[in-house]
Amino acid sequence: MPRVNAEAFSAARTAARPPARTGLRWLTGVAVAALLLSSCAKGVSDTPEPSDSEYGPNAQISGQLQVMGFGAGDEIATTRLDLAKKAVSPATVKLVEGDLDVQQFLSAVASGKPPAIVYANRDQIGTFASRGAIISLDKCIAGEAIAMADFNEAAVAQVTFNGKVYGIPEFNQVQVTQANGDLLKKAGLTIDDVNGSDWDKLAMANEKLAKTEKGKIKTIGYDPKMPEFLPLWAKANGVDMISADGKTAQLNDPKVVQALEFAVNLYKAQGGFGKVKAYRDSADFFGAKNQFATNTLGAMPMEQWYINVLNDVSPDAPMAFDTYRTPQSEPLAFASGSAWAIPKGSASAAGACRLAKTMTMVDSWMAAAKVRADKRAAEKKPFTGVLTGNKTADAQIKTLVKPSGDSKWDSGVAAAYEANEHTFALPANPADAEFKSAWQDAVNRVLNGQQQPQAAMDQAQKEAQAALDKAWANLKDE
Amino acid sequence: MTAPTYTTVPGASRMRRGRMSTMRKQDSRAALLFISPWILGFLIFTAWPVIYSAYLSLTDYDVINSPNFIGLDNYRELLVDPKIAASLWNTFFYTVIQVPLYVIVSLAFALLLNRAGRSSGFFRTAFFLPKMTPPVAVGILLLLLFNGQSGLINTVLGWFGITGPAWTTDPNWVKPGLILISLWSVGGSVIILLAALRNVPAELYDSARVDGANWWQQTMKVTVPMISGSIFFIFVVNSIAAFQTFSEAYTAYFGSGNTTYSNDAALFYAIYLFQQAFQYLHMGYASAMAWILFVIILVITLIQMKVSKRFVYLEGDQQ
Repeated sequence: MPRVNAEAFSAARTAARPPARTGLRWLTGVAVAALLLSSCAKGVSDTPEPSDSEYGPNAQISGQLQVMGFGAGDEIATTRLDLAKKAVSPATVKLVEGDLDVQQFLSAVASGKPPAIVYANRDQIGTFASRGAIISLDKCIAGEAIAMADFNEAAVAQVTFNGKVYGIPEFNQVQVTQANGDLLKKAGLTIDDVNGSDWDKLAMANEKLAKTEKGKIKTIGYDPKMPEFLPLWAKANGVDMISADGKTAQLNDPKVVQALEFAVNLYKAQGGFGKVKAYRDSADFFGAKNQFATNTLGAMPMEQWYINVLNDVSPDAPMAFDTYRTPQSEPLAFASGSAWAIPKGSASAAGACRLAKTMTMVDSWMAAAKVRADKRAAEKKPFTGVLTGNKTADAQIKTLVKPSGDSKWDSGVAAAYEANEHTFALPANPADAEFKSAWQDAVNRVLNGQQQPQAAMDQAQKEAQAALDKAWANLKDE
Repeated sequence: MTAPTYTTVPGASRMRRGRMSTMRKQDSRAALLFISPWILGFLIFTAWPVIYSAYLSLTDYDVINSPNFIGLDNYRELLVDPKIAASLWNTFFYTVIQVPLYVIVSLAFALLLNRAGRSSGFFRTAFFLPKMTPPVAVGILLLLLFNGQSGLINTVLGWFGITGPAWTTDPNWVKPGLILISLWSVGGSVIILLAALRNVPAELYDSARVDGANWWQQTMKVTVPMISGSIFFIFVVNSIAAFQTFSEAYTAYFGSGNTTYSNDAALFYAIYLFQQAFQYLHMGYASAMAWILFVIILVITLIQMKVSKRFVYLEGDQQ
């Protein structure tokens, strides 16, 4: 080794040698690091909430309102957004487009620089509220005189946490039974056999409609759409998967297990879920060669927006529609949708409140619906309505829906509106993601053949209840 | 003979040492100045987050509220969480099968390319192109190629009278499918091994041929030992990547294409870590998981390094 390097090495070692009081310095260093670390993660508990006087017609709104999670992708969005921009003027509106990035949103809240308003899925509201990421809108609703009675009850329940409203609902997705009329006719069936009103008839219809050739599926008989629609099947069977207060999971209730067994048996009768899913995955779901247009699917419950897709891409598809029905023949739909919420620390809560009000008020929905109806008329396509999450708006918009001259599509629209009046939703809770994972994973384990329904739902119950207990306990601590 | 005597000027040695010391300090300062951008970047974007995650692993932290110190509770919970054991098993299974297979396939392609002659440039590019495919696209590709009803793989198997499995839903076939699709991006390793193959001295093959060695013997006794350093590099890097495998499996079985369908057989450790951090907002627990993964990878890499001393030939390593 050259001498100079040896000297440098020696010098470096000398410099690096710890002095006598190293222990004390290390302790000091660790203490400083701990202080730095603990101060680094900023909480939101110190951020003050806006006072009553900040909301209402006289509120002073200025600056720029940043909106996170909302995309102005069509005329329903742009028309209402234009009205909202006028309502918050002289403030300006800036969209951070795309689906809400939860991590980005929560980090923004934690750093004290949240957007003015956020557009989220309704099932996210409970989680955000429980963590203090969004504020209660009770004062906003009172100040801006938002007519909450106009809104769909299930939608409002989904954004109500611990007795307070945390979101202004927007849109309603509901399921309707969608079927291939030709296949039904060929099999000697009607829409009543596949609308869920009689599970025995449904099981028989499934077997009649399903076609297999050399071990490969050629036509799916009935797709109960597992795992996503288990809450619908369970509710139809007479039970909610979580208690109304959002505190007790009811996942291993015998009626939930029975509903799951029934749905899984529908797949088994067609060769198993694996085959049905593989066949479904290979289909052109949004295209002209979708499963209904190509006569490769008998029936399924599906959200109402798919009626629009089918009407657009395959207007000649031999469709038949009805609501999804309970064994008592009552229409039923598992509602989902979006909501406007105001983050804690919002730079302009008053502006955000005004924007949320304007986006969801009856006049705005009507204006947007008229633009949509005109556009559809220009394209020579029927206007199929808009489900807004606002009952009054829905009723008014329905008056714009005219008979298209094609009874099958008219029956689809009618089914969607009927379903919209018979909705339910899972209540807001602080552990929604864990709760959802617990039951969806359980259903998937059954579908993949890893567990029997009872065992899977028992495990899900344990996991979900543990998550709920922990989340509610943390809430009390705070 | 008398020994020569030298007269030393008092203090000269000390002065020389002083001058050298000053020069060294100046050199050190200059060196530090030049590498300071990297040091700053490393401290801010790597070292600090790593240290901070160690702290977070001892807290209950949901991103929004301040971290609440809970000691080793997260680590205790890891021991009883059944999904940790399941995800670790999936990850080990994947790593143990995927890494050797990946190396063998890379080596096979590199050996083929080495014989390609003039056209090897074209093939090098062709083999490397799939590596450019985004992992998310590879995840989607997996669902298309391995579709149990209409996928290319089962169609080809059908030509030989074999009924292919339900690759994307049968828990027994999900991991094999993911292992096979990982070979899609084998091109990068092929290029590294090809470069190593080009550096094997031709005279070694001449000697082997003179000694009567056939192709297989030349490969095993000359080629593989001579490129063992590159093979080892690929082995180590790919082992680390396999333990962190995420994108393809997440896209195919947990991502936006499958908002509700998932398959436990594809729940790798990094996916479960992601779920804990970003779906359930258990950032403290996820940090503890990250540190456990770090320790596992560190131990395995150290074992690989230790074992490699017996099998790996490194050019320039005199020992």
